[in-house]
Amino acid sequence: MTAPLTPRNVVVAVLLLLLTVLPLYATASGHVFLLTLFTRVVILAIAAVSLNLILGYGGMVSFGHAVYLGIGGYAVGILAFEGATSGFVQWPVALVVSALFALVVGALSLRTRGVYFIMITLAFAQLVYYFGVGLDRYGADDGLSIRQRSQFAGLVNLSDRVQFYYLCLALLVAAIYLTWRIVNSRFGLVIRGARSNDRRMRAIGFPTFRYRLTGFVIAGAICGLAGALLANHTGFISPATMHWTRSGDLIVMVVLGGMGSSFGPLIGAVLLLTLEEALPVLIRVVASPVFGDAAARMAEYWQIMLGPLFLLVVLFARGGIDGLLAGERRG
Amino acid sequence: MAGLVPAIHVFLRSVSQGVDAPAKPGHDEREACFPNPRLMLLFVEQCLNGLQFGLLLFLLAAGLTLVFGIMDLVNLAHGSLYMLGAYFAATFAALTDSFVAGAVLALAATLVVGMALEVVALRRLYGRDHLDHVLGTFGLILFFNELVRMIWGPAGLSLSLPMWLILPVELLPGLYYPTYRIAIIVTALAVALFLYVLVMRTRLGMLIRAGASNREMTGALGVNINLLYTMVFGLGAALAGLAGLMQAPILTVQIGMGENILILAFVVIIIGGIGSIRGAFIAAVLVGLIDTIGRAFLPDLLRLVLSSRAASTVAPAISSMTIYLLMAVVLVLRPEGLFPVSSK
Repeated sequence: MTAPLTPRNVVVAVLLLLLTVLPLYATASGHVFLLTLFTRVVILAIAAVSLNLILGYGGMVSFGHAVYLGIGGYAVGILAFEGATSGFVQWPVALVVSALFALVVGALSLRTRGVYFIMITLAFAQLVYYFGVGLDRYGADDGLSIRQRSQFAGLVNLSDRVQFYYLCLALLVAAIYLTWRIVNSRFGLVIRGARSNDRRMRAIGFPTFRYRLTGFVIAGAICGLAGALLANHTGFISPATMHWTRSGDLIVMVVLGGMGSSFGPLIGAVLLLTLEEALPVLIRVVASPVFGDAAARMAEYWQIMLGPLFLLVVLFARGGIDGLLAGERRG
Repeated sequence: MAGLVPAIHVFLRSVSQGVDAPAKPGHDEREACFPNPRLMLLFVEQCLNGLQFGLLLFLLAAGLTLVFGIMDLVNLAHGSLYMLGAYFAATFAALTDSFVAGAVLALAATLVVGMALEVVALRRLYGRDHLDHVLGTFGLILFFNELVRMIWGPAGLSLSLPMWLILPVELLPGLYYPTYRIAIIVTALAVALFLYVLVMRTRLGMLIRAGASNREMTGALGVNINLLYTMVFGLGAALAGLAGLMQAPILTVQIGMGENILILAFVVIIIGGIGSIRGAFIAAVLVGLIDTIGRAFLPDLLRLVLSSRAASTVAPAISSMTIYLLMAVVLVLRPEGLFPVSSK
């Protein structure tokens, strides 16, 4: 398998290289902040990759995908709170509970189409969100502090920032590889076929509901793992993790990077999260020669630029960044 | 169903006797048959609260369902218009020193903002994928939240009511109810009637319905579809603004106030069937009643089956989930909502 030297492959290769050497730079230069930021980027990229599997390839617009971040996170948080700090227990529980929840949600919501599907997935996410808000024993609205990160019997030490970062990065690459294998398998082709024409797929004999449901469950489980990572990263879990705007952010990452492309969600996650950090600085630098002291105040309102940017991406860059790099327009 | 009646009696008695008194079946039949009048008043009051909340939801949901049914547009930024309505009302009421003048001006302002929004941005999203709508209008939410923070600052505003709306009236002997909540109920019912007449009985409504069923043909017959759509969107925006400004005196006017209620409005139009105003009305009242009554009485109901401590732990979580459970049940039984719009 030799990859041709297209702009898209170059960007992906450079991005992966930068992500690999990032801890070296961060520790050498003392910018620990960078490592913290990019651990977060990598974890949310895993979530975006899982969403891409159903959204980009399967055409299932799940507007409640952040709920699995919450479920995975709460699995780690609650088990740690109750004294089970072993990662060998916590992470499988996070995966299984997320998968089971995805099975229930998928079984109900995949019966519906279009905007009904968008809204029912959103509503299930809200349901769990409010359940989290009502969990008095586990901090309710204020959330739950996780004093000790998942223990892996000395195999990996998650309290070591660099080790944790590389573990997340490895899982991200594994997730991308897994989705790539899935979407190019017979199973993945059925899901993609159901996206373009579900009725025709059923007519030629594929029970597409089961295929789509399986895809939905796989995506939920991967995102649950991302949730377990995120809880370990922040040492904290609260209902805000699964707020619906977080689900919106995940969709933005997928679409911004390019739906239905293997590395699109990674590009989208890197772009969105670095933009969130960089936009205030950028505004300050650009505006200060013109507006002077007012520039600092303008920089506070950076989201006013980000919102219309989404609209512009929707209107003019349908294939996202990946589509621009590949020089094609996806329909 | 037969088993339910004794259960309700036990429930009512347990509530009327106070929480900690254990319910003894068959102990005092007389009391089981005549529940405490105070409890009945509480129940009526909660029903009215539920109705008021439901009708408020209807105002939001009607705009959403109109815009979706006619322009096929999923507008997440509808909640932002609700928020703007509240902010405008608080501002104009402070400027004019009159609640009514503030409300009227706010309504007009939201209408204008809505129409401008349609012309500048949303018009370009018609005919696109629903995912594009979600993403684009999600961006608009960020934009509006930030805009409001720039203009009005991060602290919330409050809107105070005039004296004649604060005083409670005695609806039934012993039942005092705030005039303002009654005013909301009456206004929303009037709006529902107005919408019905507008859509079903006027020429404009006929054009709206025609535009919904066949855009090209209506345009070919010489109707200015673009103007029609802008007007419909403005109408929806004004309804959202009305809901926001009426809610403003009850809650604080703050950034993001439109987001949670927007999701409830989506639940309403999904239960009702997207595009159906009648469905939105019935579903809104249903959701309002179930949510309010659930919050009021579910903790006591749960104490019948759970220990008092477990019940008070679980009740808040469950009672905020009831409407989502309702939606799940409705979607399982009728994936297109209770009143599906057939031709689409």
